[in-house]
Amino acid sequence: MSFILIVGAGRVGSTVARTMLANGHDVSVLDEDPLSHERLDSGMDTTWEDAGGRFTLGHGLEIDALREAGIEEADVFIAATDGDNTNLTISQIAGKHYQVPRVICRVMDPARAEWYAEQGLHTICPTSYAIEMFERALEEV
Amino acid sequence: MYVVIAGAGKVGWNLARELMAKRHEVTVIESDRSRYLTVEQELEHAIQYGDATELWVLERAGINRADLTIAVTGDDEDNLLICQLAKEKYLCERIIARVNNPRNRQYFELLGIQPAVSATDLILRLIEHEVPSYGTVHLLDLRDEQLEIIEVEVPEGSPVIGQRVSEITLPEGSLIISILRDGRGFVPKADTVVQDGDEVLLVLDPGLEEAITEHRVELEEQKAKNLAELRFGLENWDGP
Repeated sequence: MSFILIVGAGRVGSTVARTMLANGHDVSVLDEDPLSHERLDSGMDTTWEDAGGRFTLGHGLEIDALREAGIEEADVFIAATDGDNTNLTISQIAGKHYQVPRVICRVMDPARAEWYAEQGLHTICPTSYAIEMFERALEEV
Repeated sequence: MYVVIAGAGKVGWNLARELMAKRHEVTVIESDRSRYLTVEQELEHAIQYGDATELWVLERAGINRADLTIAVTGDDEDNLLICQLAKEKYLCERIIARVNNPRNRQYFELLGIQPAVSATDLILRLIEHEVPSYGTVHLLDLRDEQLEIIEVEVPEGSPVIGQRVSEITLPEGSLIISILRDGRGFVPKADTVVQDGDEVLLVLDPGLEEAITEHRVELEEQKAKNLAELRFGLENWDGP
């Protein structure tokens, strides 16, 4: 069982959070939008907290918010906000400053996802997947 | 020198003006379309429209041959990443980043983005001198140049009051560069007389700050020894 901190609970972040919680992990979510808490609750029988999840309201660059969300104990850090620049910054901070063992960062821009991956950051680029899917779908055209 | 500036806000625009007036080549990158169109009326080809955190935008602006990259957008993450890319991907020798929120300064340091300049920090430090316990206020580190700039408030009853700048003895490696009086700053001449309530800006070799603070106490016993050095420095100082 790992302690997973997810920053950014949009469609991707909240779904990953629920899945990880269902898989028996400790999951803490940090988001600056109170609405994202409702997104976590939706589709669940109980509230997010009753199911064992943690939620902190705050921005991913705020030290206090990160600490409250448990960055110092986290085994896995996932940066899934809607901003590439925020994700890239907080991922590097999580890895370098808080020494979180596993850091995964969502980057929409393929060019930077590739360069930061070369620098050793674990990046996931949904845009690259979409391009690949389109190209595969078009192979038979 | 070729300078790439990210962000055409007040800071970026004015920096571009000043640098161009000094005959440097400048390209400003601005991501807000209407701001870009406004500034473009003056800067013309020296401003480009685009998001400076994107590699192709930086490359289009000629980041590969930039001698200096300055990131002064209103967003700390952007400034941090632009400087990181400039330094580590495009091997730009010199970078300057603006820190909007002083609490983020540590992140710039952590990721090796130096110097990081925070206007809020500078102003806060100016406010600090209202608190009597602060004898000196640390204003700026110029790490590459191995220099520091500090502010010293001339305390009541200080022996330097009434002395000319040229008569004040300072440790080697320090130099008075400016005096703040009645809310105005000016560059002193050798015969400028220090007054009660003045604040004095000094540029120092690093590590001298303590010496200066102790020095304020000892000033009475000391005589002008570094006169020539001080004069030389003042005559060659070409303004703040």
